[in-house]
Amino acid sequence: MSTSGATDAVMAPEPEPPGGGEERPLLDVRNLHVEFRTREGIAKAVNGVNYSVHAGETLAVLGESGSGKSVTAQAVMGILDSPPGFITQGEVVFQGRDLLRMGGEERRKIRGARMAMIFQDALSSLNPVLSVGEQLGEMFRVHQGLSRKEARAKAIELMERVRIPAARERVKQYPHQFSGGMRQRVMIAMAMALEPELIIADEPTTALDVTVQAQVMDLLAELQREYNMGLILITHDLGVVADVADKIAVMYAGRIVESSPVHDIYRAPAHPYTRGLLDSIPRVDLKGQELYAIKGLPPNLLHIPPGCAFNPRCPRAQEVCRTDVPPLYRVNQERASACHFWKETLDDDSAPSGDA
Amino acid sequence: MGRYVIRRLLQMIPVFIGSTFLIFFMVYALGDPVAALFGDRAPDPATAQQIRHDLYLDHSLGAQYLHYMKNIFIGDFGTAFNGESVTSLMGSAFPVTIRLTIVAIIFEIIIGIALGVVTGMRRGKPVDTGVLLLTLVVISVPTFVTGYVLQYVFGVRLKWTAPSVSPSAPFNELILPGLVLALVSLAYVTRLTRTSIAENTRADYVRTAVAKGLPRHRVIIRHLLRNSLIPVVTFIGTDIGALMGGAIVTERIFNIHGVGFQLYQGILRNNAPTVVGFVTVLVLVFLLANLLVDLLYAVLDPRIRYA
Repeated sequence: MSTSGATDAVMAPEPEPPGGGEERPLLDVRNLHVEFRTREGIAKAVNGVNYSVHAGETLAVLGESGSGKSVTAQAVMGILDSPPGFITQGEVVFQGRDLLRMGGEERRKIRGARMAMIFQDALSSLNPVLSVGEQLGEMFRVHQGLSRKEARAKAIELMERVRIPAARERVKQYPHQFSGGMRQRVMIAMAMALEPELIIADEPTTALDVTVQAQVMDLLAELQREYNMGLILITHDLGVVADVADKIAVMYAGRIVESSPVHDIYRAPAHPYTRGLLDSIPRVDLKGQELYAIKGLPPNLLHIPPGCAFNPRCPRAQEVCRTDVPPLYRVNQERASACHFWKETLDDDSAPSGDA
Repeated sequence: MGRYVIRRLLQMIPVFIGSTFLIFFMVYALGDPVAALFGDRAPDPATAQQIRHDLYLDHSLGAQYLHYMKNIFIGDFGTAFNGESVTSLMGSAFPVTIRLTIVAIIFEIIIGIALGVVTGMRRGKPVDTGVLLLTLVVISVPTFVTGYVLQYVFGVRLKWTAPSVSPSAPFNELILPGLVLALVSLAYVTRLTRTSIAENTRADYVRTAVAKGLPRHRVIIRHLLRNSLIPVVTFIGTDIGALMGGAIVTERIFNIHGVGFQLYQGILRNNAPTVVGFVTVLVLVFLLANLLVDLLYAVLDPRIRYA
């Protein structure tokens, strides 16, 4: 059983964006494969991922730790640690051009300027020994060749835009002098600096407390609308996704197992893994009961199980799941699921979810 | 910041008194300077008594120390037994050693940090292994061996430089001695930089810098190196004091009339005022260098604040 069979199937049903598919997507990731060559062996972190984002659209990439969602993003940005990480196959088409075929210098000019990334932990992702103003201003100095003074003025402007109070004074301060929420705003400001077409936010609110999470997400959504940017939101927080995303791609063991417009997936998931994720959300009305969790652990990427990677943990697993890799079945015009039993899973939803 | 500096300066007082007293005690207690003055011949008791009185040696050790310290504060470090004042010896020796130290520190900074960056970025590659091995050799071979070997090769055989340094000791003659003096520290700076760089290359902020689309040199110098240099600067700072006082071997090899040379002469001839005077100044240099390092630390790392 090789993954190539699955890959071919995956190629076909690319879910179209809502509102017709004539428009060329801003970013089109096609059949991306990434592996990490480690001493223990080759870890297949990404195994044929396809997704696309249009201008003004928000794609949420969902999955547990180690599902390959961050690695895919790093490969798109071109910041994969290499070695040990290698892109072995695939295309990353951004504004009509394959980034993987570009020279290093050309690629660098796109990074930060045309596509930018927001990282999870703003404290460790910002340079501790440079002032916030220097780090923001650097974008303008490097990409636009502005002077130190002009860059500082731009930095203050940016900080005001992300609503950091007293920006003029705080521009001289260092990251450790900011609160968690303010630091994440700085990260957002840095990503927004050159008004890129695409922003990849890698769990932007995970390190923040809940009230601040909402503020940061609102800010991000607002700026996205304002600039009509494409946004890839990597998260494992289903609550965040429901509010801001247009479509969802669920990843498991380096593959997209389900992709769907956001509301359909909450109503009726077409993959047992998605269903498991949804059932894991604690519910106020079921207080006092034991919390549901998907049994088992994500697979070791050095030894991905044969057949469907999710089969050892799947409540619905049959013999076929242990031998055949499920292709990405087209559920309808906009949805796809990599499950042999997507129909049954979908139908299940008429009955209350009670497999916990 | 100001209060911190004042507190640190005040803390220096007991350290200064303690260390100078220790040196004073050792030098004066370990031998009879008057006997040493006369060499093999036994001195005439009356003359010896006279000299003892002139040199304030007929008082108790405590009184001698107080007398000595009192003189230091009016700028009188006493007289060496050849009749020259210790201050004039210092005036000729310190500029030479300071020049030598500057040359050594420049070597440490330029070569040490450059090698550290190169090896840190290419961990496990042949360059890294090679340089690492070389540093191990340099650290394990004593300075007098490397000193004589380099002197022979570059000074005697290849004649690229004079094998010994003239009394005026201009910078160009101090390049080879400076390198010899720097070698061991240079090896440490290389290793320290390498470890620090290797540790930080995987740091999140370096990844951010790459994601911002900065050119590689800017990522390395401004983001990676800036963070990695903090421990290195500490080392180099404390090394200034060590290099100033510890150049005895190097200064002997290349016949440089600096601090190490004078100290060596002073110890050899049991010349108490010279030894105590020089060591006192070196203690001060060491304390000030340490203070400077701590202040520099706060400049390099804004997370550190002194109050």
